Amino acid sequence: MRKTTKRRLGRGALYLIFIAAVLLLILLADWATLQENFFQIDVAREQLPEMITVAAKNTVLFTLIAFAGGLLLGILLALMKLSPIPPYRWVATGYIELFRGLPALLTIFGMAYALPIAFQVNIPGGAVGAGLLALIMVAGAYMAEVIRAGIQGVPKGQAEAARSLGMPAGRTMVSIILPQAFRIVIPPMTNEFVLLIKDTSLLFIAGSTLATREITTFARDSVVTSANATPLMMAAMLYLLITVPLTRVVAILERRMARSR
Amino acid sequence: MTTNGVPAIEVADLHKSFGHVEVLKGIDLTVDTGQVVCVIGPSGSGKSTLLRCVNRLEEPTSGKILVEGIDILDPEVDLDRVRARIGMVFQQFNLFPHLTVLRNLTIAQQRVLGRDKDEAAEVARHNLDRVGVGEKIDAYPAHLSGGQQQRVAIARSLSMNPDMMLFDEPTSALDPELVGDVLDVMRDLAHSGMTMMVVTHEMGFAREVGDDLIFMDDGAVVESGNPRDVLGEPQHERTRAFLSKVL
Repeated sequence: MRKTTKRRLGRGALYLIFIAAVLLLILLADWATLQENFFQIDVAREQLPEMITVAAKNTVLFTLIAFAGGLLLGILLALMKLSPIPPYRWVATGYIELFRGLPALLTIFGMAYALPIAFQVNIPGGAVGAGLLALIMVAGAYMAEVIRAGIQGVPKGQAEAARSLGMPAGRTMVSIILPQAFRIVIPPMTNEFVLLIKDTSLLFIAGSTLATREITTFARDSVVTSANATPLMMAAMLYLLITVPLTRVVAILERRMARSR
Repeated sequence: MTTNGVPAIEVADLHKSFGHVEVLKGIDLTVDTGQVVCVIGPSGSGKSTLLRCVNRLEEPTSGKILVEGIDILDPEVDLDRVRARIGMVFQQFNLFPHLTVLRNLTIAQQRVLGRDKDEAAEVARHNLDRVGVGEKIDAYPAHLSGGQQQRVAIARSLSMNPDMMLFDEPTSALDPELVGDVLDVMRDLAHSGMTMMVVTHEMGFAREVGDDLIFMDDGAVVESGNPRDVLGEPQHERTRAFLSKVL
């Protein structure tokens, strides 16, 4: 037998095995039970419109708040970590190590319960406010490292050229270094954003009211009340509806920016 | 601009160390207003470090640097104001890649000199035409050849109306066929009376345009004087050895 014929037969066999496996799965699966438990139209109808108008809205809103806050904190920490003054570097390094090292769940719990009780402080926004603040603190720690790497990824000659033109250090950072650093960090920052979307589900530990439920908490509650897993499947689809288009949009954005480079 | 009698650049007993390595071992030199001084020497001789000390991109270890009579090592000096008067052109061009050519030329004019947008654009256009890349005003740096980028970089410095210009091996990163365009621009600049300090390997340029030539080796000025004399009849063995390799 010729070598190419042999290869073709080998490939054909692999396709056959794949098709057989899929057919087997379809035949063996208990479709009625699956639909009964995971895809029940009646249960799905009951979730709407609140699952979108309340839960999905909250997930997006919380993510945006945590991302914006984390970004500002991350920039501040990154600049501190690059500071010529050692104590600033120490504080930034300590902060980053601490909040990257702790589980986000622990930080949220601490901010929502331990801190208000210990110091009798009221964080604006109540439980959700405290939880969001914790998310910002954690996100800031992660983003700081990404932004620091981005700033250091800008060639040294850029700052030298700007300083040679008489631009002060702060202006150089804002107008010349940071815009270039942000292009470098778009892919890792997209990652951070997607991680944050999912981390908003941890806010349940801070406790939530009917109005502050995000997708996961909403789905959990519905699973309990309806004794059916359909809300979980809807939650999964909602997350994917948010994250997949987002990563596509960022990819397009990146390609457009690459053109001006 | 009026520097009656005061040299544009005066360097005295300049030392610079990186850790334990002393790269400048007591440099003295003077650049008078309107003069073109070329600095040559083997790589690692400290010539780029010397140039970068003049606008304090490198911090000298000790010594004195006066720019138009102002002691730039004085902690009280407004370094940004001094730097705005000293144009600097780099080997790697260092254009801002996220900004158009026009914005590269206007950003410091607006932010440092306080010119308004229209005035800055007008100055930018004039200088781009002067260096022969006026048609690239809306392009991004990545879309220009190396020679065009370097000429834009020169135009960017010129847009600040500097009293003097420093060139750090401006043609070393260019393809050979693009070197001529940049040297032409620098020659025109010299003839217009610009004070220039040029670190270069272009001996032809140094001979033809330079008023003064400094040969450096191992962190010290080995010999200096009229370029034709230094290049034609070098007095020191080290100068002869270097020139025999590059000429």
